[in-house]
Amino acid sequence: MKQKAKGAMISYLANPQRFMRISELVLPFVAMIATLLLVIGLTWGFVFSPEDATQHQSVRIMYVHVPASMWSLSIYAFMAVASLISVVWRHALADVAARCAAQIGVAYAGLCLVTGSLWGAPTWGTWWAWDARLTSMLLLFITYVGYLALWSTIEDEVKAARLAAILCMAGAINLPIIHFSAEWWNTLHQPSSLRLSGSTVHPAMLRPLLMCITAYGFVFLALLLAAMRADIYRRRALAPSRSRA
Amino acid sequence: MKLPVAAVFKRDLDLAWLGGAGAAAPLGFFVGATVLVPLAIGADSKLLSSIGPPLLWVTAALAALMTLERVFQADLEDGALDQMLLARAPFEALVFAKGAAAWVAVGCAIALACAPLALTMQMSIQVVPIIVIDMAIGMIAFFFTGLLAAALAAGVRRAGVLIALLVLPFYAPPIIFGAAATAAAARGEGLFTAPFLMLCGCALGAVALGPIGAAAAARLQTE
Repeated sequence: MKQKAKGAMISYLANPQRFMRISELVLPFVAMIATLLLVIGLTWGFVFSPEDATQHQSVRIMYVHVPASMWSLSIYAFMAVASLISVVWRHALADVAARCAAQIGVAYAGLCLVTGSLWGAPTWGTWWAWDARLTSMLLLFITYVGYLALWSTIEDEVKAARLAAILCMAGAINLPIIHFSAEWWNTLHQPSSLRLSGSTVHPAMLRPLLMCITAYGFVFLALLLAAMRADIYRRRALAPSRSRA
Repeated sequence: MKLPVAAVFKRDLDLAWLGGAGAAAPLGFFVGATVLVPLAIGADSKLLSSIGPPLLWVTAALAALMTLERVFQADLEDGALDQMLLARAPFEALVFAKGAAAWVAVGCAIALACAPLALTMQMSIQVVPIIVIDMAIGMIAFFFTGLLAAALAAGVRRAGVLIALLVLPFYAPPIIFGAAATAAAARGEGLFTAPFLMLCGCALGAVALGPIGAAAAARLQTE
């Protein structure tokens, strides 16, 4: 029963014209919430939250870094689900969603790597360490780049979409394996170095952090809707007869 | 009457061994690249024995990588792929046969070439058979995950860079476990170490899933 309802919902939203109508209404609100949360969260984190006892001011990079790292992984999961829907039900909108999500996901992953490096320089004393999490994130970034490269090298968009969906699902199987192998490899090579001291975050820092995490989620949603709308317009402009069919 | 799977396997083997520089090019690359490194870093035997295992794995992975571009591209261009789709055998099985042929023709050749190269890297003669086995199993993982990337990029001209990018995340686990297994063997821990078993797991996963994904992609390429 529930399965049926879910399928119905997917096919209901999969109609590009209906999507355009709904997203036109939703997008301004999502964008507003995203801007508001981001401004409040980052100001709270950058200005009003306390500095760390050991990391001093550099702890504030956390408010940019942690949400980016969390969402870059979630976005890949979202893409994998969209790819599965695209392969099983052949919904064109799922392809658009996966591709647009990848463009945001690669930016989040890149942001995570850059801010992590900037944070590592004063804290760990090095710009890059072959830590398990860093290695996994780097490989996630490369997975994103490969996915987008596949999209952009194949001219036939329908074919590119299906091939990219296969790659995305294969990557979804591979990423957990990478995660565990990197962790195992890391403990083998450099046992328990470069750890964050104390895994618990103080509530005074946790609250702005949670706010930033929520903000990044809404930023993703707003950018995704905007990018999907742009992509659908582009497709209509390129092939007016096909998109209406 | 020939079984389609056996026919594809034999055809790909013939193409690799009889058709000019099929298997020789990656093998030559593997040997050449590995031999150049001691020339660059010097003959310090202690240093060579410690970088030997990772070096062999890196050059072997690159040698496997350079064969991937032509695995499906040539068949797509001359129509062999369309014929395979018409064959009375599951297309996945035929793709598996292609992967198996690539492994026998190139993968096993590289694994065997590891033996003399490991000796030049100051590893003891008792360890050499273990390294060959490690490498042969690692090559299964490299070729069967590589099949997927090869199939995805089959329709792209000069796909080498794209394949390298696609395949890199898939090569990370086997190269981690493979190099660790070889390093453990070099320390005298024998064949059945934990990383070796993990390497076997990677290879099994690649054999199970690689042909399915590659066949799905290759089917799309012929449309």
